[in-house]
Amino acid sequence: MNEVARKPIGRFVPLLVFAALVVFFVIGLLWNQSHDARFVPSPLIDKPAPEFRLPRLENPTQFVTKADLLGKPYLLNVFASWCFACGDEHPVLMAYRDKFGVSLIGYDYKDAPQDARAWLDRHGNPYHEVIADQSGETAINFGVYGAPETYLIDAKGIIRYKHIGPLTPDVIAKELEPKIRALAQEGST
Amino acid sequence: MNPELGQVALILALVLSALQCALPIVGAWRGSKPLMATAPTLAIGQAVFVALAFGILMWSFWINDFSVAYVAQNSNLSLPWFYKLSAVWGAHEGSLLLWMLILNGWTVALVIFGGKLPEAFFSRVIGVLGFVAFGFLLYMISTSNPFLRQFPVPANGADLNPVLQDPGLVFHPPTLYMGYVGFSVAFAFAIASLLGGELKSTWVRWARPWTNVAWGFLTLGIVAGSAWAYYELGWGGWWFWDPVENASFMPWLIGAALIHAQAITDKRDGLRAWTLLLSIFGFAFSLLGTFLVRSGLLTSVHSFAFAPARGVFILVYLAVVVGGSLLLYALRAPKVTGGKSFALASRETLMVIGNLMLTVACAMVLLGTLYPLVGEALNIGRISVGPPYFGPLFLILMTPLVLALPFGPLSRWGKADLTVWRKALIRIVALAVAAGIIGFIVGARGWYQLLGITASVWVMAGVVLFAIKRWREAPRGKRYPFEMLGMMLAHFGIGVFIAGAILTTSMSVEQDVSMKPGTNVDVGAYDFHFNGVTETEGPNYRAQQGTVVITRNGKHVVTLHPQKRTYSGGQVQTEAAIEAGVFRDLYVSLGDPIGGGAWSLRVYDKPFVRWIWGGGVLMMLGGFAVVLDKRFRLRRAVESETVRATPEPEAPRKLAEGEA
Amino acid sequence: MKRLLLAVLIALALALSAAAFAIDPLPFKDNVQRDRFQHLTRELRCMVCQDESLLASNADFAKQLRRQIFDMMQQGKSDKEIKDWLVARYSTFILYDPPLAPSTIALWFGTPAILLAGGIVVVVLLRRRTRPAGAIAEDPGDDW
Repeated sequence: MNEVARKPIGRFVPLLVFAALVVFFVIGLLWNQSHDARFVPSPLIDKPAPEFRLPRLENPTQFVTKADLLGKPYLLNVFASWCFACGDEHPVLMAYRDKFGVSLIGYDYKDAPQDARAWLDRHGNPYHEVIADQSGETAINFGVYGAPETYLIDAKGIIRYKHIGPLTPDVIAKELEPKIRALAQEGST
Repeated sequence: MNPELGQVALILALVLSALQCALPIVGAWRGSKPLMATAPTLAIGQAVFVALAFGILMWSFWINDFSVAYVAQNSNLSLPWFYKLSAVWGAHEGSLLLWMLILNGWTVALVIFGGKLPEAFFSRVIGVLGFVAFGFLLYMISTSNPFLRQFPVPANGADLNPVLQDPGLVFHPPTLYMGYVGFSVAFAFAIASLLGGELKSTWVRWARPWTNVAWGFLTLGIVAGSAWAYYELGWGGWWFWDPVENASFMPWLIGAALIHAQAITDKRDGLRAWTLLLSIFGFAFSLLGTFLVRSGLLTSVHSFAFAPARGVFILVYLAVVVGGSLLLYALRAPKVTGGKSFALASRETLMVIGNLMLTVACAMVLLGTLYPLVGEALNIGRISVGPPYFGPLFLILMTPLVLALPFGPLSRWGKADLTVWRKALIRIVALAVAAGIIGFIVGARGWYQLLGITASVWVMAGVVLFAIKRWREAPRGKRYPFEMLGMMLAHFGIGVFIAGAILTTSMSVEQDVSMKPGTNVDVGAYDFHFNGVTETEGPNYRAQQGTVVITRNGKHVVTLHPQKRTYSGGQVQTEAAIEAGVFRDLYVSLGDPIGGGAWSLRVYDKPFVRWIWGGGVLMMLGGFAVVLDKRFRLRRAVESETVRATPEPEAPRKLAEGEA
Repeated sequence: MKRLLLAVLIALALALSAAAFAIDPLPFKDNVQRDRFQHLTRELRCMVCQDESLLASNADFAKQLRRQIFDMMQQGKSDKEIKDWLVARYSTFILYDPPLAPSTIALWFGTPAILLAGGIVVVVLLRRRTRPAGAIAEDPGDDW
């Protein structure tokens, strides 16, 4: 036998690489605690909201465009009568509608108008205005992929914040309200 | 039978596993025969209690005991009895119990078949398996108890996900776990050898049959999962590089490398440290897979419902088991590497290259699977890594391996034999090119299809050439030892798989069509005629059933009945209708009524898709065949080389101090 | 727990609302266009059922986006233009093919780096272990 007596190369390398992997997983688990794994950050933050022209839910012969809403920041809340989580979010919206400090515009997403109206009649209408996107085509331009979603749009029509999923008092206090206040300070009110 | 008994059984098993870990290892360390002799008893005792717990859970499903929360979440009065039983492992807690049952199955098999192993070594192996069991049982009892009760008792349970109500569910998890968990045996052998400071590598020969069987089962499990997805999900796919699929593929790649590294260590006494390392990696990736699926870190259709405690516990477990092993390796890896030298153009070199490519492929899959997490954790945005990444890279990495594959068996240990290589190369190239030309003549088009044909013939011709050479040169009765037969089956299976995977991907025809009853559509060489939709019923569902008559050149081929089922729980599930064939599958999925009596249908012609799984089954058979070889009969191994219970007198004292 | 509930609710909401499934006949001009469409949508992620491709997903969202992509193809847009359009709205998450960007350098170059490192180890190993062909003692017995 031709023996070569020496230590195997880099015996500690596997252990070190594995240790790094474990650290990485720990970070991952911690991150997971505070973030929703399904959440996808919107690429439209700090970009102009898309142009739109949608009928009002109350009176479909009248239209609302992006230009109509310029001049003041507003919240755009994507909802639908078929959306269960919207039902969860609804009481929060009712409670905060006047506390936000900005208009709350409802965006009825892929809904039959009569269903939406019936839903609002039954649960109450927290919105200062509701626009209807029955086909969902405009919503694609907003990057919507489900309901509820909420956008904060400033006076110049730039999207400043997006929240996916129902708004909760926690989220409103920690994320939304600070952003709204910041906008107010920017002088966009 | 009181479900609480199940809990008690688990706790007793936990205690026994702790003893199973401690006593035999201390016994081996101290050379105490009485302590070492406890190993089989403790192992069997633990197995009995785990089996009892499993039986109690299964019984709870059988009698519809909805006071057990797990049963209520996963079963329903109208569930057919066989799905009630397989629902035991349909969700997180039960699948862990299955894992434990299978771990004990392997341990008991070791007790039965491994009795002739040297006592100290055997004790250490059982001890390591006891440690593995202990951690898992602790995990179950503390975070994932399947026996938790709920009051008030619901009248009926939730329905099982209809996707899981399928024969595939009966087979896929158990076979997969047989593989995953089976790598714990190779792992235990490696750790036992490190603990004992073995200088000889005879333990590798003992480990080989266990490793091959585990790898065979893992192959079967992956094949079963792929086939299940194919006919259950309705979109004709068979592999998606989904994180959980990857979690099963990584140990498979390591296992494939390991069985070859073990062969080198067994026969040529080389690569000892690498074989040790791979043995640890194999089980590490199994555990990693378990962690990824249950930690909530990855979005996947397979992911079990997760709770933070479960993820943390498994990570700690993973860190302790794998970290501890790698530390032991770093401290104890053979200081003398030894092994016979070999020429550059020898079999060893080719197998080392194969090992390299398999290991790098595994690293690539790990990188791609974990990278989205990196993206999130470092806040560089959500990145998706999917088939466009894994597919091409895997192909590139496997190319050197596929090219070298025919030459491995044709080579010699240690020596170069370039004449043989040259002759074989000429023949194999000729056959592969001829196959490509024939393929082109019968209609194959595009570089991908031609690649599929030539690459698969390349591999298969290599095996056939070797078989012929062996037939000529070896004496009768010794021509094809089982080990060699296994190799030939598995390598041939690779060729079959390559043909299936590449040809199906490049030649499949898939169309979504809207059809009125009485109309036709052409799919490839076939004519699909739609006869309309009727209503029908099953044990726990109502269905709309379509009838599609398929003909070719006017001759009737088959009549298919795709269904759209609405289950008692409200879920809707599409049941595709498949006409399976050796050379092609015909596949129809029913869509929705479009209006005017028309329906949408998805129709497929999928050539060679069964070859994917056929190749996999051949690989599995190869793995199993190896085990039958005379080489692995233990009597001889123990007589010719023994390993002492206490360290060699000339070995440094610190070996003993560093024990256990 | 809340996030899980949310995910389930959204999925459920959309699943129950979906009137149509993944089977989605579209009037392709020819096989080439159909193959192109299938290839493209197979490489895109469904944002709702996040572990399915846009081609395979049953979600209403996926169906709508498939229509959109089909229309864009009819308008003559290239694959790149379509992907850019989608990324502008849904971020790179929608692409299963990770783009080559500073954030993905480790991903794309990681594997070649590992291969190189492994290759070096193998070369060193072979150097130490190999002898010229003639120097190895004859090994009796079956060369298997």
